[in-house]
Amino acid sequence: MQVYLNGKAYEAKPGETVLQLALRNGIYIPHLCFHEKTGQAAKCRACVVEVEGIPGLKTSCNLPLKEGLKISTNSERVLDAQRMVVDLALSSGRHDCLSCEQSGNCELQDAAYYLGIERPTYQLYEDNFEVDDSSEFILVDRSKCISCGRCVEACNHTVVNEVIGFGERGFATKIVFDGDIPMGTSTCVQCGECMQLCPVGCIIDKRAVGSGRNWELDKVETVCPYCGVGCRMEVQVDRKQNKITRILGVDDSPTNNGMLCVKGRFGFDFVNSDERLTSPLIKENGSFRDASWEEAIALIARKFTEIKKEFGSDAIAGLASAKVTNEENFAFQKFIRKEVGTNNVDHCARL
Amino acid sequence: MTNDIAGIKKADVILIIGSDTSAAHPVIAARIKQAVRDGKTKLIVIDPKKITIADYADIYASHRPGTDVAVLNCLMHEILKNGWEDKEYIQNRLEGFEEFKAEVMKDIYSPEYVEKISGVPAETLRAIAKLFGTAKTASLYYAMGITQHTTGTDNVWSTANLQMICGNLGVEGGGVNPLRGQSNVQGACDMGGLPNVYPGYQKVTDAKAQAKFEKAWNCKLDNKVGITVTEMFDAMYDGKLKGLYVMGENPYLSDPDQNHIIKAMETIDFMVVQDLFMTETAAYADVILPAAAYAEKEGHVTNTERRVQKSNKVIDPPKGVKADWEIIQLIANAMGSDWNYQSPRDITKEINLLTPQYAGITWERVGRNGLQWPCPTTDHPGTPYLHKGKFARGKGLLKPIPFQEANELPDEEYPLILTTGRVLQQFHTGTMSRKTEGLNNLAGPMVMISVYDAEKMGISNSEVVKIATRRGEIEAPAFVTKRIQPGVIYIPFHYSEAPANRLTNSAIDPVAKIPEYKVCAAKVKKTN
Amino acid sequence: MNFYRSHILIGIDDSSLEAGVKEIEQALQEELSKLNLTDEINILETGTLGYFGTGVSMMVYPEQVTYVNLKKEDIAEIAKEHFLKGRPVQRLILDNTLTRQYDFNYKNRIVLSNSGIIDPENIDEYMGAGGYEAWEKALTSMKPAELVEEVKASGLRGRGGAGFPTGLKWSFTAPLTADQKYVVVNADEGEPGTFKDRLIMEGDPHKLLEGVMLCAYAIGANRAYIYIRGEYKLCIARLEKAINQAREYGILGENIFESGFSLDIFIKIGAGAYVCGEETALIESMEGNRGNPRSKPPFPGVSGAWQKPTVVNNVETLANVPAIIKNGASWFKEFGVEGCYGTKVYTVMGDVKLPGLCEVDMGTTLRTIIEQYGGGMKDGKKFKAALAGGAAGVFLNDTLLDVNMDYNSLKEYAAVLGSGAILVMNEDADMVDMLWSVIRFFRHESCGKCNPCANGNEILYKTITRIRNGEGCEADLDEMIKVSDVMNQTSFCALGQSLIMPVRSAIENFREDFLARMK
Ligand SMILES: Cc1cc2nc3c(=O)[nH]c(=O)nc-3n(C[C@H](O)[C@H](O)[C@H](O)COP(=O)(O)O)c2cc1C
Ligand code: SF4
Ligand code: SF4
Ligand code: SF4
Ligand code: SF4
Repeated sequence: MQVYLNGKAYEAKPGETVLQLALRNGIYIPHLCFHEKTGQAAKCRACVVEVEGIPGLKTSCNLPLKEGLKISTNSERVLDAQRMVVDLALSSGRHDCLSCEQSGNCELQDAAYYLGIERPTYQLYEDNFEVDDSSEFILVDRSKCISCGRCVEACNHTVVNEVIGFGERGFATKIVFDGDIPMGTSTCVQCGECMQLCPVGCIIDKRAVGSGRNWELDKVETVCPYCGVGCRMEVQVDRKQNKITRILGVDDSPTNNGMLCVKGRFGFDFVNSDERLTSPLIKENGSFRDASWEEAIALIARKFTEIKKEFGSDAIAGLASAKVTNEENFAFQKFIRKEVGTNNVDHCARL
Repeated sequence: MTNDIAGIKKADVILIIGSDTSAAHPVIAARIKQAVRDGKTKLIVIDPKKITIADYADIYASHRPGTDVAVLNCLMHEILKNGWEDKEYIQNRLEGFEEFKAEVMKDIYSPEYVEKISGVPAETLRAIAKLFGTAKTASLYYAMGITQHTTGTDNVWSTANLQMICGNLGVEGGGVNPLRGQSNVQGACDMGGLPNVYPGYQKVTDAKAQAKFEKAWNCKLDNKVGITVTEMFDAMYDGKLKGLYVMGENPYLSDPDQNHIIKAMETIDFMVVQDLFMTETAAYADVILPAAAYAEKEGHVTNTERRVQKSNKVIDPPKGVKADWEIIQLIANAMGSDWNYQSPRDITKEINLLTPQYAGITWERVGRNGLQWPCPTTDHPGTPYLHKGKFARGKGLLKPIPFQEANELPDEEYPLILTTGRVLQQFHTGTMSRKTEGLNNLAGPMVMISVYDAEKMGISNSEVVKIATRRGEIEAPAFVTKRIQPGVIYIPFHYSEAPANRLTNSAIDPVAKIPEYKVCAAKVKKTN
Repeated sequence: MNFYRSHILIGIDDSSLEAGVKEIEQALQEELSKLNLTDEINILETGTLGYFGTGVSMMVYPEQVTYVNLKKEDIAEIAKEHFLKGRPVQRLILDNTLTRQYDFNYKNRIVLSNSGIIDPENIDEYMGAGGYEAWEKALTSMKPAELVEEVKASGLRGRGGAGFPTGLKWSFTAPLTADQKYVVVNADEGEPGTFKDRLIMEGDPHKLLEGVMLCAYAIGANRAYIYIRGEYKLCIARLEKAINQAREYGILGENIFESGFSLDIFIKIGAGAYVCGEETALIESMEGNRGNPRSKPPFPGVSGAWQKPTVVNNVETLANVPAIIKNGASWFKEFGVEGCYGTKVYTVMGDVKLPGLCEVDMGTTLRTIIEQYGGGMKDGKKFKAALAGGAAGVFLNDTLLDVNMDYNSLKEYAAVLGSGAILVMNEDADMVDMLWSVIRFFRHESCGKCNPCANGNEILYKTITRIRNGEGCEADLDEMIKVSDVMNQTSFCALGQSLIMPVRSAIENFREDFLARMK
């Protein structure tokens, strides 16, 4: 199916909306509520476009494509409307990008930048927003909420924990947890799905506050070290400090589709923990002392060889691990089987 | 899992038995809840505790711990009685049906009788059988609640029997789906971290397999099956096992009958522990080797749906630590061997060569989304669900499974059933999760006790109580709730300050050698 | 059955209930029995009599005398003087000159034909007035498709505000196959100053039910819901009674008239927000969700309540249907003007002598409505403005007094008929205050679902408040038009989209009022 965006022909996929087609082809249309995962909400109204033959503006996020449709995403009229709509969203809260955690990764900031909005025209908020820091890992700064509804959709339809909803109406509309109690006392399980999908700096990672600008952090994908689901995650790293700053789920992963649980998302402190062992230890007279790798390895080799000689290979056993890689488990059982000479190898899988 | 995670949505009915899915496998729980919420899928939950996911269930049944076989046989009894089984499937793809049928059609598996055994009302059992039996495709999920019994193997067979007679194996949206507890349990098994098999489940007793590995590794290999974890500790205790090499495990907290484990570790001559931290187990070691964490090295891990995914290096390891594979190589070479792996990639190549299911899963091919084994060649797309068209062994075998009680039942002295498990915010023995302060703030030790029992004993919420079994006793704050049935208490096993496994019974399943963590007799006392 | 010399119709509605109508009725009952008149004089409770601000009123037939603002103390006098001696109590009678002007124009009344005449709580009276004939005719001799065609041919347009052709709406849903379809009556009537639907339901609940039945049969629905404002206690009670009576009579229920068609009607109490009158928000609210509008498409006709095809119609719309089916489309087309047929019920409020309800032909001019039905301007003051079409309507000035009030003609002036509310203002009125209260209303009623409406209203409110406080400037006026224009272009539902009408018309038609506040 062929359609036209700003005068140029594009091939559309079946079921695609105007917004999806545009984004797929690198044409930016400001949008604040649409996300591939939470779907179309048509709430922010920033994605309006003009369609030849249809009076008025149309939101592109829920506009199905038809053969030959001619769409303008950047006419004066469209940009004017978009500008005003984004300006309204910006005016609605305390969007101080300088101090906001989300800066550099904020979809509202991106939209404002695209439309050339320097600062909000109006100031609508009163300075009486509460910051909800009752939750262990998640901070909610309602002064930045643009009521896009992604978190509500995410909590109710993606992770189906059914905690977040909208309370109040009109301008006073706000997200609420379990009817309207602090997040920390609600039934929230701190999976962080809402936080990951919030386009602005309203729901943020409490422990990451002040620990690095988005653009300064390196992003590496890996697999969660906890349970057997094997969620794929993006780890954000502060290279200078060699430290994990925050973890996000990978949206296009077939295993977890961007979701994580509280352990996977927040339970990474052990990696940078002070309690990590950093030197081999040898027990002497009931207590441990530091040893060099050479000494420790030599001792182990000697001991295992002695036991093998004296009591036979079957007097040695090894416990492989459900927490290390396939390569390491392979090497481990190869070691026990080949070098020790026994099949006494097992692990705590069943426990 | 015989099936894949993405296929969860395709089921018409999902049965969860013996899995606290939202606590232990939260993201799979989310997928199941999505399917239920979308309205197409019906959910049945059978568990002694009213776990969170039971709130989303169409039917929830609370059975007495250890009566899984009775319940499953009863469901099959009802299904056969009403003719809801998949007759064509049974005819074409299964064998052993008559013997199997003779067992489950016994009167003792009638709903009325099983109500007496399990405490689940006959009406509920009938309703479950109907919903499950008449579904077009139904899938079954379980975890340690099925396996950690002296009858664990029986339990597993029963789940397979159920899925086979309903024709739910080898179809999209069906399957028997055990949920793996740790990130790479699947991989550790696949890689031959088991006493009876080489990588790829090639039996050590099979001469051909032995020859293959002897040739590849240029050495002589033993063809006698080795001993399992539980047997290892017995052998240590008896002084028969002299040397133990532990890589990244913490049996002190994870294995049953802690006092026995401690004595075993005290007895052994030489023990090496390789870990990130000074764990409870490491304290008993003779040598401790500091290992790199997952984020500090490369390699692959295999998840519960058999998906082999790349685990990448995210940060540099602290000075002084080495990756597990490097350490193993150092010891091997110090013992006179000639290992020469330059990087994990070299090991991956060897895995590809020696493990048929992994032959096509090369370093280069894995990509961002991984590949699901079996993947026998480098152009094979991977296998989302097993047993499509036919079973690995040809015909599926139905096996009559008679119901047996657990090894240790409550009596006058120990009147309660103790069952153990996990909570959402902690993981296994806590080596990793307990280093994050927030997780500890969210979930500390506890014993879950029913309102009924608590009232009887005058125990109030948060009150610290003593829990004792024949093997030992611990203290923990009581969590008084309606979510657990009277007569049963539950303790998560993550905590060294309240180690549930000081209490558990080390009686094991004769085949799988898994200890009975889910049932033992216990008593609760007030501390004052 | 007795032959009564006189019938007393007592108007029972929420406002008369508040004024103590029940007590007064009781007193009248007692007085009449003291005078032994109970066999001659019949007391009938009925819906509103069509007057406003007149407290407890009653109308006596056949004399056609109307008493207003009755107090308990007056009853004995009326009973003795009027009913015993035949001398109406002049001092309590509604101004005679006005009654003459206040011409109900009976032959024109379609929707209100029974209101104030029959006992709304008695199905026999409705049937006695020709009720349920259309229903019987439809079920016994018409195919559903014929019903749709008849309504289409009548040119009936939705009376809920948007004026969408009713037959056309039905024709989208009728052919769909679905395991369930629904009819939903929009009885939410959240428009300030509008009570037409309430009076239809209070005065003639069976007529609405018959309309619902015809619609259900036409589109193939066998469940219908009446979504009604919680405050409408009397309507709810009367509708419930009417539904029960209809069930008893076998007019509703399984296999009605042996036709094989089954239908039941249920009442759903509304959530009490203006936006819940918007059809998709109404459906959300009915399903138990937050009352926010849904995206269209899919339109309710295809996927509405519980994702099933659903026709949502206004009370007045459906109340027109029995007459159309009974008398035929061409009969209906004799009323009104080309393109807009039938009558329209208006609620005329404000600075007129006789605020209240009237049902007039489509296309009647504003001047006629004000002068003939509203009794003209109160206290001899001059007409200044009328807010026509409800809160989301247009501020008209005197140059528009002679425009025909129908969907098509008004469109030319960017005005709307809306829900039929007309607020008349005299020379003392100030448009800044008026617009301020309109915007305050919208700000309060914005559901908050979409950004332009939730925030735009906030800006408009802040700006108009500033102007009202004498702190505004001329640029504010342009800004307000600009903001409401973007709201119009980008808001999710008609609530946010329609603010432009009052804002622009007030500012353009009454600019002096605004400038006066700026000095
Ligand atoms: C904000 C808003 C409020 C509305 N309120 C009402 C109402 O109270 N009653 C009503 O019948 N229609 C109301 N509508 C119109 C309905 O959405 C819908 O058009 C109408 O019920 C269709 O019925 P009709 O075709 O019979 O007019 C409202 C629309 C909007 C946008
Ligand atoms: S963290 Fe998860 S459970 Fe909590 S509110 Fe957000 S999405 Fe819901
Ligand atoms: S908190 Fe974030 S995701 Fe939720 S509605 Fe507000 S802006 Fe959207
Ligand atoms: S994020 Fe949670 S569910 Fe996912 S793998 Fe990690 S522990 Fe498991
Ligand atoms: S326009 Fe206003 S009432 Fe309508 S959806 Fe948007 S916020 Fe809600």
